[in-house]
Amino acid sequence: MAEVVTLNNPSAKAGTVTKLAAGPKGKKPRPMLSPRNIMIYGALIFAAAYYLLPLYVMVVTSLKGMPEVRLGNIFSPPLEITFEPWVKAWSSACTGLNCDGLSRGFWNSVRITIPSTIVSIAIASINGYALANWRFKGADLFFTILIVGAFIPYQVMIYPIVIVLREMGLYGSLTGLIIVHSIFGMPILTLLFRNYFSSLPEELFKAARVDGAGFWTIYFKIMLPMSLPIFVVAMILQITGIWNDFLLGVVFTRPEYYPMTVQLNNIVNSVQGVKEYNVNMAATILTGAVPLIVYFVSGRLFVRGIAAGAVKG
Amino acid sequence: MTGQANAGRPNQLLRNLQSKIASIPMILTAVVIFLGGTLWTVFYSFTNSKLLPRLSFVGLDQYERLWAAPRWLVSIQNLAIYGVFSLIFSLVIGFLLAALMDQKIRFENTFRTIFLYPFALSFIVTGLVWQWILNPEFGIQSVVRSLGWSTFSFDPLYTPSIVIYGILIAALWQGTGLVMCLMLAGLRGIDEDIWKASRVDGIPMWKTYVFIVIPMMRAVFITTLVIIASGIVRVYDLVVAQTSGGPGIASEVPAKYVYDYMFQAQNLGQGFAASTMMLLTVAIIVVPWAYLEFGGRKRG
Amino acid sequence: MKLRLLAAALAATVVLPLGIANAADLEVTHWWTSGGEAAAVAELAKAFDATGNKWVDGAIAGSGGTARPIMVSRITGGDPMGATQFNHGRQAEELVQAGLMRDLTDVATKEHWKDIIKPASLLDSCTIDGKIYCAPVNIHSWQWLWLSNAAFKTAGVEVPKNWDEFVAAAPALEKAGIVPLAIGGQPWQSAGAFDVLILALSGKDTFLKVFGDKDAEVAAGPEIAKVFKAADDARRMSKGTNVQDWNQATNMVITGKAGGQIMGDWAQGEFQLAGQKAGVDYTCLPGLGVNPVIATGGDAFYFPLLKDAEKSKAQEVLASTLLDPKTQVAFNLKKGSLPVRGDVDLGAANDCMKKGLEILAKGDVIQWTDQLLSADSQKQKEDLFSEFFASSMTSEDAQKRFAEIIASAD
Repeated sequence: MAEVVTLNNPSAKAGTVTKLAAGPKGKKPRPMLSPRNIMIYGALIFAAAYYLLPLYVMVVTSLKGMPEVRLGNIFSPPLEITFEPWVKAWSSACTGLNCDGLSRGFWNSVRITIPSTIVSIAIASINGYALANWRFKGADLFFTILIVGAFIPYQVMIYPIVIVLREMGLYGSLTGLIIVHSIFGMPILTLLFRNYFSSLPEELFKAARVDGAGFWTIYFKIMLPMSLPIFVVAMILQITGIWNDFLLGVVFTRPEYYPMTVQLNNIVNSVQGVKEYNVNMAATILTGAVPLIVYFVSGRLFVRGIAAGAVKG
Repeated sequence: MTGQANAGRPNQLLRNLQSKIASIPMILTAVVIFLGGTLWTVFYSFTNSKLLPRLSFVGLDQYERLWAAPRWLVSIQNLAIYGVFSLIFSLVIGFLLAALMDQKIRFENTFRTIFLYPFALSFIVTGLVWQWILNPEFGIQSVVRSLGWSTFSFDPLYTPSIVIYGILIAALWQGTGLVMCLMLAGLRGIDEDIWKASRVDGIPMWKTYVFIVIPMMRAVFITTLVIIASGIVRVYDLVVAQTSGGPGIASEVPAKYVYDYMFQAQNLGQGFAASTMMLLTVAIIVVPWAYLEFGGRKRG
Repeated sequence: MKLRLLAAALAATVVLPLGIANAADLEVTHWWTSGGEAAAVAELAKAFDATGNKWVDGAIAGSGGTARPIMVSRITGGDPMGATQFNHGRQAEELVQAGLMRDLTDVATKEHWKDIIKPASLLDSCTIDGKIYCAPVNIHSWQWLWLSNAAFKTAGVEVPKNWDEFVAAAPALEKAGIVPLAIGGQPWQSAGAFDVLILALSGKDTFLKVFGDKDAEVAAGPEIAKVFKAADDARRMSKGTNVQDWNQATNMVITGKAGGQIMGDWAQGEFQLAGQKAGVDYTCLPGLGVNPVIATGGDAFYFPLLKDAEKSKAQEVLASTLLDPKTQVAFNLKKGSLPVRGDVDLGAANDCMKKGLEILAKGDVIQWTDQLLSADSQKQKEDLFSEFFASSMTSEDAQKRFAEIIASAD
């Protein structure tokens, strides 16, 4: 099976992207136009087209003026390119009386997302590690409750959590919001880490135990360095979830902490008045930009994960 | 020999106090928030709480009303259809994409970002864009018709019998990228030696995937399953943005029923009754499975 | 310093209990976020800032599902805002009963709200157990049929003067490729349109029997059966609307793609923005041209109970500012709604607004379903009518379910 041979070109150990593409040793990758490549790239490009179509519509719309948007053909490229919707979405779209667009909430979103992501991933990875390697009596029960908790709609939990935070005196503070994000992120993230840590070869863990390493030493020295891909996935989940969160951000904080999505919601969701679709689209792309950049950058880490995988055999 | 999670562990000693301390946040969340919050919800579903929770009990009235409401029945049915298709397609498409991405291809970063970017966008606008693309007057239907196929008909959002599939298209667009990413992380965790061995044995690639790699990715599949399934049960924003539950009540879903009755109708009791039914259904399916999966089996 | 002086001067014109000595920042939450709405809010903020206090704006778009849970959580979570918008009626009833909202009776008595607020039913909606808890700011009425003159011209028929003529003109419109009646997909639109049909076609008394007395027998009776027949017509006429938002539906009327729309007076803002003139480009028929009665729904501000004495003072100032004649005029002109005081001059109002004012002056007003029914019953009604308008449910079945909702309404 020739395909398999190419497929398994053992380049993984080389580790870096550029070397991957070049092929480190032995057989060279096939010429680009082999039937196999045509199939693979054909399928990928076809899929990419489906994923890109809405983005195309968004970008094109965001570059049109409103009269042109009203003409109705959503697929046609703009006759006259205007960046006004982008400028407006960023700096002058109104949220009630504050007409400074999305820029108003940007730093708040950063302030909320960074600590919430770090705290929630830290807690969840330790949970997962404890569940995978240091199981104690009753751990499964708590974990099962957590998994069922993943299925509870957020809104149902608002009132109970408002009460809990009020009693703790944290209602309306940033700390309170970080706790809330950690709570809602916990089920899926814990599951993610638990499963990942369980799939790591036990011999490593055993060997470390024999060497006398304890809970935290093993976590920091052995588990963390081997878990890059899963941390990337967790980061993607959390950054996206927290950055795009609207409801928790407004329910659990005060206006001075309102995230960017409050402005996005106000721009997109205004109940009355003319809808400015071009501004809506620009605002969405702008709001999505931060997670997008994170995705693109994290790709590198993802590939580093291959190297980690190669080590463990 | 590797990757099998279920082998015995050396740590059944009573020395994992550190582990217990480290798990305090998890224990508190599980018990106080999820268990406590759920019991609180169930408790108040037997009251006629309106805007604020209050203790005036009405027995099973809220449940009787719930199961008599045509909208709730439609919601359940929609969730079933949406759930089954969403689960199958997410897993299949997600895995296929991941497998393609794992062929040491060029531009991997670019492709991954393309598949994943919809996940970064707010549901509010995802719904709007797909509402446009699927709109018969200026979306796909009109484009195909203008190319000459004048009887072409593709109008899911305004046809009650198929509207839920219109939502499915947008949901898959938004969600499969993450599934692909999870699968890819799983594939990257597969040892190169496995591939080498199967190559030496001359096993075809697809067989290696189906019979060797996928079983080894069990943990990843379970994580993915929980993420997809919990997303299905909670589906709400997309429906609101794309169809508002319409035409009529044809694309209503249970989570939307819960929210609408809690906050728009200001009838917490009814909303809690609906969410209790949702939770009960989830619990019946998830608890036994979760306990088998994560529970006792590994002792020893 | 200039600002202070100006503020003092202005403060003197407004009856203020304590002048500017107790200036405070007051956070005000509301869901007015579109262009015209924001301009209207700006008028309120300007007037309030002129008293030396400061309006801290907390706008959150989306009334029902989005803004309200946030406002309620803030109030029950013990971190309330200074003032918040609700639709007056029954939305805040329970917050009041839970003792979380502030009693405004003192301010209301001092400022003679009972005498100046017209119609008096507005203040009734703010009154719970004899105490006043909110300051109404405007009147919005639902009972309008908006017609595109161009559409009827294209179809070669006269612009109808009432509902029946409109129904009769429908085939001609359809023949010309025009959707006779635009109804957007959101549930509140079809439910609202039906309420308007009841009031217009069966009259004030039947309307009040059904929604005021919750008389299920009337709801199941022949009068309402007639209305359901009309709703059936409306359903047929609205086929092919294919839009979600109300303003997209209004846009169909503006562009002549639809013949007409049953929608509240807020639709006027859309016509204005599109540069259309009442009477020339579009026609408005209050009460569908059959029964020119308008209902007095609208917006009001509620004031959570605060511990801070200065902020509490500022709340009083805000309450009286909201009802100040100047503020009323400035606000309502921008908002396209009617003022809550009968004694202000709206010279700048357009034709349709003037029609509304006339009806108001004649006293042909009625409480709307928002005030008469609980949010819960309203929602059930929305579920029913959104299903009815999108399916082939018979009007008999729909009426049966309607009567059930009325029977269990509270």
